[in-house]
Amino acid sequence: MTRGSPPHVLIVGGGGTGGALAHDLALRGVRVTLVERGEFTSGTTGRHHGLLHSGARYAVNDAESAVECIEENTLLRRIAPGSFEENDGLFVGVTDDDMAYLPGFLEGCEATGIPTQVLQPSEALRLEPMLTPDLKIAVRVPDATMDAMRMPMRFFATAKANGADLLNWVDVADLELAGGTVSGARVRDLVTGRTTRIGADLVVNATGPWSEQVASMAGVDVPIRPSPGVMLAVRGRLTNMVINRLHASGDGDIVVPQRALSVVGTSSWVVEDPDDLGVPADHVQRMIDEGSILVPAIRGAAFRAAWSAARPLIGSRDDADSGRELSRTFKTIDHAVDDGVEGFVTITGGKGTTLRGMAEVCADVVCRKLGIDAPCSTRETVLLPHAAAYAA
Amino acid sequence: MTTNGASTRRLRLHRYRRGDLEPHIEEHDVPADEDTTVLAALRWIQLHRDPTLGLRHSCFHASCGTCGVRVNGRERLACVTKLSEHQGTVTVDPMANMPVLHDVVVDMQPFFARFPDQHPIVRASELLPNADTVDGIDEHERFEDCIECGLCLSACPVAATDATYLGPAALAYAQRLLEEPRGPDREALLDWADQDNAAWRCHAAFECTEACPSDVRPAQRIMALRRELRRRTQQGREVPEPANEEARS
Repeated sequence: MTRGSPPHVLIVGGGGTGGALAHDLALRGVRVTLVERGEFTSGTTGRHHGLLHSGARYAVNDAESAVECIEENTLLRRIAPGSFEENDGLFVGVTDDDMAYLPGFLEGCEATGIPTQVLQPSEALRLEPMLTPDLKIAVRVPDATMDAMRMPMRFFATAKANGADLLNWVDVADLELAGGTVSGARVRDLVTGRTTRIGADLVVNATGPWSEQVASMAGVDVPIRPSPGVMLAVRGRLTNMVINRLHASGDGDIVVPQRALSVVGTSSWVVEDPDDLGVPADHVQRMIDEGSILVPAIRGAAFRAAWSAARPLIGSRDDADSGRELSRTFKTIDHAVDDGVEGFVTITGGKGTTLRGMAEVCADVVCRKLGIDAPCSTRETVLLPHAAAYAA
Repeated sequence: MTTNGASTRRLRLHRYRRGDLEPHIEEHDVPADEDTTVLAALRWIQLHRDPTLGLRHSCFHASCGTCGVRVNGRERLACVTKLSEHQGTVTVDPMANMPVLHDVVVDMQPFFARFPDQHPIVRASELLPNADTVDGIDEHERFEDCIECGLCLSACPVAATDATYLGPAALAYAQRLLEEPRGPDREALLDWADQDNAAWRCHAAFECTEACPSDVRPAQRIMALRRELRRRTQQGREVPEPANEEARS
């Protein structure tokens, strides 16, 4: 680091987390370079079903995630106006078991600050005529639909305007590790085929389900389990609101409408390689079967697409097999503390809704390590339109 | 990719890296069944044959618009185009009328540079039949149909011969703003659409509407934009400026 010039942070990974971190650090006056081997958001971020979580999904079993979600939900609407279909969500009960889940659900939402409104079946059907006529109760919460690519792209757009160097089509071949310190990366530019070196005062691993692979380049282990889920998109906007099943988390229990599509998600399993997911046919069928319990018209709707995305769930390989029991919250790991490797931080876990909050916590750690005392200002900074990310 | 009923399909790819004298063609055999998409096949090649294959994608369900390519010469989103829709070898080329970055990826910068300044992405939604507005929400909003994929620009015969033409996506966008004004400067938008390289430059080939994967119908919107421009011209004649009247008398 030259005296007087700002420290240089290299972020590996151009998903929502990396983009939000680049934005946060750029606002704090840090010199930022971000590398992503494909298009920005191409790994997990862009593939998610597009739910802006109210947090209600986590209100019963994961209060920490629920609180993170409702805070970020409120905040993102303020800093990214126009990036959400502000449509709200319903949690719909159809069985006696669902009804038994209701009291704890309402308590959990109350305890975590998530506003709710209980709707009787006739009222719910008036608002959403395509809901199953068999519903017993519906609870309205402030879910919303986000554009899974364009909302995160606004962080990239703003970071770029604030001087961050954002490089897509650049793959990390290896991290440079000498004397127990990470000092940069050897990168391959896929557009030119050239391999070069990027030196940095600190490297952040923000590669989501790939974070174990990238961490291993620095000789450290990150306890991440790539846990894919299958999603199904059918033609037709069958509902205005996001429709969730009122029960503990399960397969096919959410319908997220977006544009003129309805997206049904998801399933959950665990893989070794986040690049090689597949789309199991039985999972697609389960999306149809379970989704049509909530919105019967899904069964007859025209197919548009089925795909998989890998969540970066925190937990060791000894933990649960399905991935459902792993926490949906995030973790920043300073590898100097955990593994004795300096100049290397991993941020992983979390979800699309909490990208800004994840970035704030990670940027605090990064700035502390670099001796920068600028506070976070992403809560107040309204983001540029997504198209600014493509400006020359 | 599902594997039931798997067989093998051949893909013919456009390969290009900056610094190459010219692109070359490369063929790969890919395991495929009737549901395998062009994007899944390209991803398979990237994963199992050549990790340097340049590929643009994000959502995998025709919402982000990043995976536009030409499949056997026609503009398609790779994520919702099945190999089984095509016979024999399937040729994948980058979109036309935009500079190729590498392999089948184009540089989208010139595409976005064509748009008018104001560029929101949500619109007031049509209500669902029989549904009431949710209490507390005055009007539903939903994302624009246009997913900015660039397929319309790639398919446009005018853009192929005139690089300055603003093209279908941007013009359709301007018409959307006029149709549902959210505070844009209407006159400035019409002036923008009235330029030599804008609404009047279209040859009405309707290739853009044919190519659009998201039911935007850009060609029809360009025609609507022309009607707006004509109306403005006529109104201008019917209500002459007082200064002109004085000048004549």
